Amino acid sequence: MTLVAGIDIGSTYTKCTVLDREEKVVGKAMLPTGFRLAEAAEKALDEALREAGALREDLGYTVATGFGRHQNEISDVQVTDLTASARGVAHFFPKTQTILDVGGQTMKASRLTDNAKVKSFRLNDKCAAGTGAFLEKTARYMGFSTEEIGPLVSTSKEAVSISGVCAVFAESEVINQLSEGSAPADIMRGAMVSLVGRSLQLMKRVKMEPEFTLIGGIMRFPAMVEIVKEELAMDVNVPEGDLVQFTSAFGAALLGRKRVEKRKSEGAASGV
Amino acid sequence: MAFAGGVDVGSTQTKAVIIDEKMEIVGRALTDTGSNVVKAAEKAFQQAMSDAKLEEREVEYVVGTGYGRYKVTFGNTQVTEISCHGRGAVHMFPETRTVVDMGGQDTKAISVAPSGEIVDFCMNDKCAAGTGRFLGAASSALDIPLGELGNTALRGERPVKISTTCTVFAESEVLSWLGKGKKIEDILLGVHQSIAARSVGLLRRVGIHDEVTFTGGVAKNHAMVETLNERLGLKVNVSDESHYMGALGAALFAMDHILTSRSPSDAMEVTS
Repeated sequence: MTLVAGIDIGSTYTKCTVLDREEKVVGKAMLPTGFRLAEAAEKALDEALREAGALREDLGYTVATGFGRHQNEISDVQVTDLTASARGVAHFFPKTQTILDVGGQTMKASRLTDNAKVKSFRLNDKCAAGTGAFLEKTARYMGFSTEEIGPLVSTSKEAVSISGVCAVFAESEVINQLSEGSAPADIMRGAMVSLVGRSLQLMKRVKMEPEFTLIGGIMRFPAMVEIVKEELAMDVNVPEGDLVQFTSAFGAALLGRKRVEKRKSEGAASGV
Repeated sequence: MAFAGGVDVGSTQTKAVIIDEKMEIVGRALTDTGSNVVKAAEKAFQQAMSDAKLEEREVEYVVGTGYGRYKVTFGNTQVTEISCHGRGAVHMFPETRTVVDMGGQDTKAISVAPSGEIVDFCMNDKCAAGTGRFLGAASSALDIPLGELGNTALRGERPVKISTTCTVFAESEVLSWLGKGKKIEDILLGVHQSIAARSVGLLRRVGIHDEVTFTGGVAKNHAMVETLNERLGLKVNVSDESHYMGALGAALFAMDHILTSRSPSDAMEVTS
């Protein structure tokens, strides 16, 4: 009963982290969410446990977050992804005031208080042009898969202007650009610039202040981080390596750890 | 006998119509617009002429309309598709005061005067929600040809509520309903109701005055007609030529020109 788990059931991927008593990540897993959310959550948990060399019995607490947090039977408690990501971000970068989280089908901006509570937030999950789906669609219109976005955009020399009003209408815009001889890499970068433009609007609405921390699957692309930096004219924090995708799952697990400690101290106080 | 032509170069399909002096359609043709817009316009016009068994010199005046109207290189002049749909609808149904035109990439609400002149209009061209593309997304998600969507939807009894606005997200919502075991016909009925609701929202902005005429390619879809009727609480007019309404309107403007330039006294009769 010494481990805790955080499962982030996102719109596109489900992420799970397992922490030991020292808040160290001992196991993690990520897989596509699909349409069977409960199944995805269980699979991610079991995979992360396998990596940790542990069993479900070893878990003291499991916290679920993300849009599918209520669709599973394995979590002890559910917290919103805003709460979980705030906790995770504060652990890595305690001075964070503003979080930008860009995922496959959502974009969220939140403003934190000094003790890492969410003060205000804005989110977009209504329009694909303001989420990672826009990049995915743009890539697909040019015949590239999601996995190829990173390598492709890294060869870009200059962004092509992409209006980004609608992920569906972008198809004709992309085709026009290709027929005019624009390089796919530059079009891809243009799509990122357009996406970052939208994220700035969202951040302005939560009255952004430094420090900024960027998280979410889309921030695994160094070009995205670079463009945000350029647009803000400021440095930003990004969790190291693939932690950028696991921040909410990690934050959820940290909240689980806190619950375990609380339970323990209550138990100790009552003499159990 | 004089003949006039109208060519409506839409985002998805190009339509051409030839009319005689009695304003009757004598030839029509339809082709996919594709990437070569100039060629598509030529092809549709040539096919409409051969349908009418006419030579090019017999068609005195041609009006281009639709988003690609300036690519109708053989056209004598251009008129916006708003004016053409209004004109065509009032020609077919003289009591028309409101037109809803649903095409492949946009939906328009048009309010017309008894003369067929445009009073006001409103269109959905920045976002693919509520346009024909929404049906296209459902068609590809469920792997059912566009032409069969309507009849399948009409078999639905318990429509699902489509909660997403964005066409990109709707595609995954459709699949998730399928994953939850909903019947295809109930999902599709929900998709049609969602488009109807958006279109009625657009129509309200120009004011809904009976009679309402439904034009554009999507008007061929019976489920779309029924769900619109239900939502509006009235019966919309649908002509067999609904798909050609813009081209017909353009041809009518072309015939106006032929008749007015022929003799000033005749012109008075035509316009009075």
